[in-house]
Amino acid sequence: MSENAKKVGAILDKYSHAGRDALIPILQEIQEALGFLSKDAIAQTGKRLGLPASKIYGVATFYNQFRFQPKGRHHITICRGTACHVKGSDKVLDSACSTLKLQPGQTSRDRMFSLETVACMGACGLAPVITINEEFNAKVNPRKIVRLAQDCKEHSTEEKK
Amino acid sequence: MVCVCLRREDAETAWNELDTGITETPKMIGIEADGRAIEAKAGETILTALRREGIHVPTLCHMEGLEPSGACRLCVVEIEGAGGMVPACSYPVADGMKLKTCSTRVLEARKTIVELLLSNHPDDCLYCVRSGKCDLQNLAVDLGVRQRRYQQPRAIRQEMDVSSPSIVRDPSKCILCGRCVRVCEEVQSVSAIDFVGRGSRAQIGPAFGGGLNLSSCINCGQCIVVCPTGALAEKSNVQDVLAALADPEKTVVVQHAPAVSVSLAEEAGLKPGSDIDGRMVAALRRVGFDWVFDTSFTADLTIMEEGSELVERVKTGGVLPMLTSCSPGWIKFVESFYPDFMPNVSTCKSPQQMMGALIKSFFAEREKLDPKNIVSVSIMPCTAKKFECSRPEMSNNYTPDVDYVLTTRELGQLIRMFGLDLSGLEPEAADSPFGERSSAGKIFGASGGVMEAAVRSAHFLLTGKELEELRIQPLRGLNGVKELRANIGGVEIGAAVVSGLGNARNLLDQVRAGRDDLHFIEVMTCPGGCIAGGGQPIGADSDAARLRMKSLYNIDQEAQLRVSHKNPWVIRLYEEYLGKPLGEKSHKLLHTKYCERDVPV
Ligand code: SF4
Ligand code: SF4
Ligand code: SF4
Ligand code: FES
Repeated sequence: MSENAKKVGAILDKYSHAGRDALIPILQEIQEALGFLSKDAIAQTGKRLGLPASKIYGVATFYNQFRFQPKGRHHITICRGTACHVKGSDKVLDSACSTLKLQPGQTSRDRMFSLETVACMGACGLAPVITINEEFNAKVNPRKIVRLAQDCKEHSTEEKK
Repeated sequence: MVCVCLRREDAETAWNELDTGITETPKMIGIEADGRAIEAKAGETILTALRREGIHVPTLCHMEGLEPSGACRLCVVEIEGAGGMVPACSYPVADGMKLKTCSTRVLEARKTIVELLLSNHPDDCLYCVRSGKCDLQNLAVDLGVRQRRYQQPRAIRQEMDVSSPSIVRDPSKCILCGRCVRVCEEVQSVSAIDFVGRGSRAQIGPAFGGGLNLSSCINCGQCIVVCPTGALAEKSNVQDVLAALADPEKTVVVQHAPAVSVSLAEEAGLKPGSDIDGRMVAALRRVGFDWVFDTSFTADLTIMEEGSELVERVKTGGVLPMLTSCSPGWIKFVESFYPDFMPNVSTCKSPQQMMGALIKSFFAEREKLDPKNIVSVSIMPCTAKKFECSRPEMSNNYTPDVDYVLTTRELGQLIRMFGLDLSGLEPEAADSPFGERSSAGKIFGASGGVMEAAVRSAHFLLTGKELEELRIQPLRGLNGVKELRANIGGVEIGAAVVSGLGNARNLLDQVRAGRDDLHFIEVMTCPGGCIAGGGQPIGADSDAARLRMKSLYNIDQEAQLRVSHKNPWVIRLYEEYLGKPLGEKSHKLLHTKYCERDVPV
């Protein structure tokens, strides 16, 4: 049994008396432990709860908080709250998508970047705001996104050297 | 001596019940619809009461036989005095209730619902597979939608999913009615697809957002027949077949499945349940097929092989209960969900694949044709057959035994393309050597037919005598689960017939839990069998399925040759080529093996 399967198994054991209504907390704990919901973890959960994988995936995609790919080295979240929206966060998101060639929820093949949107970060004064690995970047615009992405890449190459 | 007794209830009444839908006398109440007094049964929905009176209420998400979901609201009617509108499909009748089913308010509401559904729908009818049979299109026409009042781009980019050999999904045409999800889950117990995402980003799809080919989909096509739009369709092979027909180098051979001749009529607008076997054969020749064979012939052959396999398993203490293997969706279901039952599944190929193997061996040798120059086409009521013919086990030296499968719907398309009038053609007979069938092979098209054919022949094989009464009533009808206990020549046989994989799942779970009174189980993927297959004409209800089934049994009633083991060409084939059932040659050509599938279940 893989490391991850063991972790998931332990979480499921904790909920062994709970029914299907425990699905959301179980998924939250799994995401906490693995960083994302892997196919195997979903299958394992489905077996235990007697739920088909499509159903669990459907429920999980209903909420924004779940990811199905591991985070990248640079995990970028873009605020889509009202204040940020008014200040043009949709353009920021478009720019991030096209610069990184990713959709929200995805991770690049080289695991360099992952992208996510969140409802409101509670930092409306900084709108539009994004975070990179939990560090806030205030008042971003589409051009700044391109630059920030470039910085991240350079940073990683330097680290490698 | 054969003693055929029923486990559950008297089959004759079961059959009659099916025909009338009456089980017990419920309390009747009086309601009023559009000023007309009507009777309703206490507890039933408004929709059921109105439909019985012939009052039409449009629906989209409603599904016969399943709980209402109330998702689309199209079925709204007004209750006088109550102030509001309610969905007829889920709202129960009440004594003295006064309904308005087409007041201005109701009609406006329905029209607005359709306009909203169309607000992010592509203007694509001219190019759409479903055009002419599309519920959404029909509603727009009927309700007088003449312009786009709302426009809203889709929130997400949606691409066609062409990954499955059987099914094409076009999510841009999906109206999220949920019917496909429900049939897949509640009828088939497969749950390959579900709602994914939320709000304007919601769509239907398999787990993990991949293609259907990577999901647990078993290719049955039941989702296609319940979809009200062009969002789901079969993967068409019409162009491939046209190309083969136009190639002078190729000999194009076609076989047609038992359930096609009793359903094709509907593609031409004729009455459901009309049997047009001979006219269909004539049409196939006009379209240009060089040889026309009847898959019912290899259904007869299946009985010889499968019957012998059963006897062998019983005699040698082999794995029981034996499960039938003619329905490819069911096979994939076992491989994906119940791999521990793979040894129970008969090793017999399906009739389609037996025919395919014989066409490119025996027939090719007989006609001195190179199998590489034969294009083998089959007409099936089924989308899973498209998957089956692509299985690696179903080819010989990289030459597939069956090259293309067309559904009944695609054959309808081909016939319309060629401008053929099915009602005007003179009936013709299928070709020798695989054109002759017993009616036992023909009833394979209905759930219970394989078992009935098998019991007829088993009786002869075990006692040397024919059954006095060939009609085995307990095995007939649209019930999803049928059982039979028979004593054939001193051998006690427990048989079960299930259709719809939800029913199969229940039965397998019983066997897993220790039930051991069954020896032989017939499973058909689609509810009712091939007559209600996923490749059958769109827009059929359970009445149409019943009529198709009746038609098959009428054919059987009137037939001269009613048992598989007396089919003269089956006998000749064994004498001249195959040797004996389960012999070496049979083993090579007519039997197969299965493989466990690693899919998200
Ligand atoms: S699904 Fe129906 S309404 Fe939509 S394009 Fe096709 S035929 Fe037209
Ligand atoms: S073809 Fe059958 S199994 Fe596949 S998605 Fe449709 S209903 Fe489900
Ligand atoms: S694919 Fe068809 S059946 Fe399924 S939800 Fe969409 S419109 Fe309804
Ligand atoms: S048919 Fe009644 S709500 Fe859809």
